[in-house]
Amino acid sequence: MLSMLNVCKSIIVLCATFASQAIWAKADHWQMNMYKGVTPLSQDMYDLHMVAIVICAIIGIIVFGVMIYALLHHRKSKQHKPASFHDNTRLEIVWTIIPFLILFGLAIPATKVLIRLEDSAESDVTIKVVGHQWKWQYQYLDQGISYFSNLSTPYAQIENKEPKGEWYLLEVDREVVVPVHRKIRFLVTSNDVIHSWWVPELGVKRDAIPGFMHEAWARIEKPGVYRGQCAELCGINHAYMPIVVRAVSDEEFKDWVGKQTKIEDKYLESQDKPKDQRVMTRAELMNEGKAKYDLICAACHKQDGTGLSPLYPALKGSSVAVGKPISRHIEIILNGVSGTAMQPYREQFTDEEIAALVTYERNAWGNNTNDIIQPADVATVRQGNTQQPKMVNKARAGGLR
Amino acid sequence: MSQVLTHDDEHHGPEQGKGVIGFIKRWLFTTNHKDIGTLYLWLAMLSFFVGGGMALLIRAELFEPGKLFVDPNFFNQMTTMHGLIMLFGVVMPAFTGLANWQIPMMIGAPDMALPRLNNWSFWILPFAFCLLASTLFHAGGGPNFGWTMYAPLSTKYAPPSTDFMIFAIHMMGLSSIMGSINIIATILNMRAPGMTMMRLPMFVWTWLITAFLLIAIMPVLAGAVTMMLADRHFGTSFFDAAGGGDPILFQHVFWFFGHPEVYVLVLPAFGVISEVIPTFSRKPLFGYHFMVYATVSIALLSFIVWAHHMFTTGIPLGAELFFMYATMLIAVPTGIKVFNWVGTMFKGAMTFETPMLFAVAFVFLFTIGGFTGLMLSLVPADYQYQDSYFVVGHFHYVLVPGVIFALMSAIYYWLPKWTGHMYNETMGKWHFWLSVISVNILFFPMHFLGLAGMPRRIPDYALQFTNFNMIATVGAFVFGISQLLFLYNVIRTVRKHGKKVDDRVWEGSHGLEWTLPSPPPYHSFSTPPAIH
Repeated sequence: MLSMLNVCKSIIVLCATFASQAIWAKADHWQMNMYKGVTPLSQDMYDLHMVAIVICAIIGIIVFGVMIYALLHHRKSKQHKPASFHDNTRLEIVWTIIPFLILFGLAIPATKVLIRLEDSAESDVTIKVVGHQWKWQYQYLDQGISYFSNLSTPYAQIENKEPKGEWYLLEVDREVVVPVHRKIRFLVTSNDVIHSWWVPELGVKRDAIPGFMHEAWARIEKPGVYRGQCAELCGINHAYMPIVVRAVSDEEFKDWVGKQTKIEDKYLESQDKPKDQRVMTRAELMNEGKAKYDLICAACHKQDGTGLSPLYPALKGSSVAVGKPISRHIEIILNGVSGTAMQPYREQFTDEEIAALVTYERNAWGNNTNDIIQPADVATVRQGNTQQPKMVNKARAGGLR
Repeated sequence: MSQVLTHDDEHHGPEQGKGVIGFIKRWLFTTNHKDIGTLYLWLAMLSFFVGGGMALLIRAELFEPGKLFVDPNFFNQMTTMHGLIMLFGVVMPAFTGLANWQIPMMIGAPDMALPRLNNWSFWILPFAFCLLASTLFHAGGGPNFGWTMYAPLSTKYAPPSTDFMIFAIHMMGLSSIMGSINIIATILNMRAPGMTMMRLPMFVWTWLITAFLLIAIMPVLAGAVTMMLADRHFGTSFFDAAGGGDPILFQHVFWFFGHPEVYVLVLPAFGVISEVIPTFSRKPLFGYHFMVYATVSIALLSFIVWAHHMFTTGIPLGAELFFMYATMLIAVPTGIKVFNWVGTMFKGAMTFETPMLFAVAFVFLFTIGGFTGLMLSLVPADYQYQDSYFVVGHFHYVLVPGVIFALMSAIYYWLPKWTGHMYNETMGKWHFWLSVISVNILFFPMHFLGLAGMPRRIPDYALQFTNFNMIATVGAFVFGISQLLFLYNVIRTVRKHGKKVDDRVWEGSHGLEWTLPSPPPYHSFSTPPAIH
């Protein structure tokens, strides 16, 4: 009797330890259950999940109970004589109908939640989420804001050369900022392969499908930072495209919107005056280039520039990276190569970053070209690309001759 | 002297010549159902360790956050190949092997209906797997888009070796279809007089239904991968929105194959369990008729639930509701099966030899996989489960302590009959207990990981997932290593160590195969047996 009491006590203490951990810890390293989340939908999902678990547990206890009873008592070693019954239609019908009724009971709340989940009408903020290999792009359609959100965990941490930070692989350079208590509509699509935008605490998971756009919505009830990841295998760096959502008050959101650069004027200044750009030193270019390269390019082209032929060509000793004209090298980064995994980076990198990348690629891994590319060179190429073709040019190209 | 010669011929088939050439010819040209069954089973055994090795690589990489052993691209190749090999290389050939050995003996037939077709169905497979395995050594690496091959990752963005995978899948499909035709022809035409359909052993019934499923779905898979091939090389755009196609079309076609495929894997397992439990409970199978009806309804329902793999892709509300209800319905016939197994055990006189231990573990752990399956069918909750480790936990519960345990049970159950020698019971028990404990350490934490937000198919993860991943990896290595016990035990028995067994082998065994000597003669039931 006493020992039973002790067992009960220790079980209670153990449960309490688990429960308290769930309350205190920021990221619970022993989390065993679904997030309750911070939106009405995620709470509905959690409730439905718990109802399902409880129902399964009850069925399990009954079925396993009978089975364990039989396993313990109806053994040959206990001289149990086998019965010879092998049919009972009434019993069969009973255990067909009862599960059916249970399922019916479970289907009703599930249907209710589902209908609410699919209702994304009347939203206050609309954010277009575009999946790219391997980053997310966010476009605030009404506010005219658009930016990319990249993993910000340094490559050295991934390589185990530095201690890992608290939010290892769950941190980005630019978060999605949204207001609380507002209905936010996410329009999810993709630029290349299928991704999936998943933030467990918001109860949102939507596949990002190239060429199609699907909706999801959330009304966040608590300010805070909520983290998620891409949930659909999307290639090599599938594990490295996290999502960070920061929910703030209305005023803070307005503040934040005011501070963002609008899409239109991003390159307005530098485009007209390429020569006015900053001149960088070789060391600066090489350092920044290496950092960016390891984070973004190394996924395909490998850290040592050997690539993964034939899908991802090597840069070490390649005609693009050591040959002339250099503008070809810059152009490929700006515009990508259509029909391949090389996407256009014109929107994602500034001129300085591209200059650094090109300089790094032309001087690393024995590509000792000694070329130094300045942001101004990149701006020139960028400008040349965006120039409207003149009538004369068209004629020369053969169209009107 | 002549007696000895006939004896040899009885058990081993005709000599085809001496030495290595003779050995090769003997196995290459054989049309005997027992020989071909053996070939299938050894192929499955080999693939089991290859695919298992890949799984251990995956688990080793996931032991801790950060890059440990392999780069992400190779990791993705491992997840893809592990899936393909385990499905097409282990479970399907193993069950086909069992079918080849058992179905003729269980229905009182001298051999399979189409022996030459049988030979061909098997001998396609080693070549298909060589093709598939060769992709790992190609420039650009092997397929790295998961065994589900979602377009456009598997079309526009895939490595060149994908074409080899497509061809390998075509060959496996051919093999499966021919095998299924053979099994259906055998069961429908070759039953001994008096062996009516409603007297067929459950294993034969489940295989009959499985074979129909296979004939229905393998051409669909072939169509899906052919469309992939056309998109890759012939300028079509079935799965490319830019050309008027739809990436989701691929998922619809694939899962129209994929969901019945799940039941192709699990129905024969149900059949095995329905043979093993009555034997060791010393009591006939409870509710035989309902077991048959349940199997048929599971097979029919399996064709109308495919989109439950795609709830987050944005299919319309009406479709979500339909597929949710249809999926929940599958729980009813599956429940009937579980209840009937419990009903069979109830008031029996059970003993717990290794096959029974695996069968009992199957009923427990498969049911847990069934519960998580029911949870997954609820669309709103599925939004949180989809593509997370919860799903990985779910289907591994159904496939490893489910299907693989059923296979282990079947091998331990029938191996003494096939070889005439008893396996080592102590070693079998060790194998069972190590497996059943480690398999839970391996897969149960995956549910927690998924609920806490860990997506599947990632080679590296956030720090909060470390604890359970470490536990799972430890479980994986214990599970993997304990399978060597199984391999050793099987080889030992095949090489005629272990005590000789009589015809019945098990005290409670019933059925035609147990009326034959152990091992059965090379040609059994040349004259049909009398059925009482």
